[in-house]
Amino acid sequence: MTARGPAGGVTLPPKPSDRGRKARPSGVQRAAAERTRTTIGRRRVVNVVMIGVTFVAAILATLPLIFILGHLIKAGASSINPAFFTEIPKPPGETGGGMANAMVGTLVLILAASGFGLPIGIGAGLYLAENRGTVIANGVRFLSDVLNGLPSIVMGIFAWQFLVKPMGKFTALAGGIALGAMMIPLVTRTTEEMIMIVPVSLREAALALGYSRWRTSLVVVLRTALPGIVTGALVAVSRIAGETAPLLFTVLGNQFWSTSLREPIAALPLQIFSFAISPYDEQHSLAWAGALVLIGIVLVISLAARFATRSRFGRGGD
Amino acid sequence: MAATESPRVPRPSVAPNAEAPAANARVRLKAAELSAFFGSSEVVKSISMSFRDREVTAIIGPSGCGKSTLLRCLNRMHETVPTARVAGTVTLDDQDIYARGVNAIEVRRHVGMVFQRPTPFPTMSIRDNVAAGLQILGRERPSKTETDHIVEDALRRAALWDEVSGRLKESAFGLSGGQQQRLCIARALATRPAVLLLDEPTASLDPISTQKVEELVYELRQDMTVVIVTHNMQQAARVSDRTAFVLAGELVEFAPTNALFTTPSDQRTEAYITGRFG
Repeated sequence: MTARGPAGGVTLPPKPSDRGRKARPSGVQRAAAERTRTTIGRRRVVNVVMIGVTFVAAILATLPLIFILGHLIKAGASSINPAFFTEIPKPPGETGGGMANAMVGTLVLILAASGFGLPIGIGAGLYLAENRGTVIANGVRFLSDVLNGLPSIVMGIFAWQFLVKPMGKFTALAGGIALGAMMIPLVTRTTEEMIMIVPVSLREAALALGYSRWRTSLVVVLRTALPGIVTGALVAVSRIAGETAPLLFTVLGNQFWSTSLREPIAALPLQIFSFAISPYDEQHSLAWAGALVLIGIVLVISLAARFATRSRFGRGGD
Repeated sequence: MAATESPRVPRPSVAPNAEAPAANARVRLKAAELSAFFGSSEVVKSISMSFRDREVTAIIGPSGCGKSTLLRCLNRMHETVPTARVAGTVTLDDQDIYARGVNAIEVRRHVGMVFQRPTPFPTMSIRDNVAAGLQILGRERPSKTETDHIVEDALRRAALWDEVSGRLKESAFGLSGGQQQRLCIARALATRPAVLLLDEPTASLDPISTQKVEELVYELRQDMTVVIVTHNMQQAARVSDRTAFVLAGELVEFAPTNALFTTPSDQRTEAYITGRFG
């Protein structure tokens, strides 16, 4: 549909200075030049419209977060005070109190989940990267992708069935394991991908120095891939930090201080949930404040992930 | 620049060997009917040749002729690639490195290797890069002061000490490409190997860095066996005592460098060094 001149390029209308010297363009040439002008005009319009459409889509993509943050600040910021970070919840009907135990509980759960999920995930990722193409590796990779898509409530039910029921009570440990299991597939895949981008030449250099295969993997390959693996781990942590469904079936929640892995423990998502469905306005605004703090924690972890990659990779390099 | 000279006029400025190499030099490394495979394709075909002590042996040939694979069979690196296989024997000081019970890791400690592109470990400092090969020696691992001495010695031998002595703790990635390659040579030298294999060590370097590495190779031959693979015939003429010409996996001709470049005995060698193919 584009009009082309004899040389194959787009025909441009003659410059004003050319008009007097050259022979007048024939009717056919004039029609072609006219068509070119309208085509270029139409392309400009389409270009502007498409830029506008994608710009609006980009704004719409961030709008939910902006609305949520705005509402959380409006509804919850008034309840955020020193007591919110230092006190445990007051009984219903009383004013004041905070979510200190839930925040600590969430941190304990994150630590327990990381302690369970990270070693397994990183180890599995290392195995997948070192044994590419084998039947076992392909099977593990496929199953890990399936596990990644597993609804979190299913994970909670399984943790209840196989951990809470045999132990006879709700425990922080069961919740940590359920969350850790959700981290495994994510950590496995990012570890595998980060290890795959370590150049083969580096591996060969280590082998040629007399490094054994496992030492090459641990000392050279894993260490080189470490910044990327750390990022993957932090992304996984920020994803499980707000999970509620698996906790409902495993840690139950706790109105009092507890950091024991063998007892029910409080957690921010659970506390938000129980306050949000309570009939008291005081607890509602505490729930909003809790949600705001939870988003803040996730935001800090995401920023830490970005910082971890930037500062490590920023050091020289090809 | 020497690189522009014709291979017919060898013996340029850094020529280590004005006269023919001594015929009685001790054989350090020896390949006998060595074949190497990737899957079912044979890329090195029953090559037999000896590498002598205190000599530089160059292996030349067109791209894909199997010269790098031949080199990688000499320190058992070939077998690290899936489906790769080796037949025949390679002896280092009369010990077959492919014999049952010989550990490939042990072999690689005695036969060092430097690759086409510099491969410093990005997570380690300059010092730790050079010391990397020492960290795995188990009970024989040198103390910290000993390590410092070995690192300095290796960097001096690699002609890099004066350029990096003030920043040993900095990342090796801050060095230039030529410095990185000399760092890799220092790293290979730190474990005091008997043989050093160089796989096109200057292919990714500029002419000045290339010259430094070539001078270094000249120095190294005073106390070790050096094997260098290169697709640059002028380089082979400049640095080596003996040259092997490999074509399609076969050893066509192996002779003192001077003789091979001036009076090749095989038609194919003559065709290659005069630039008629390859």
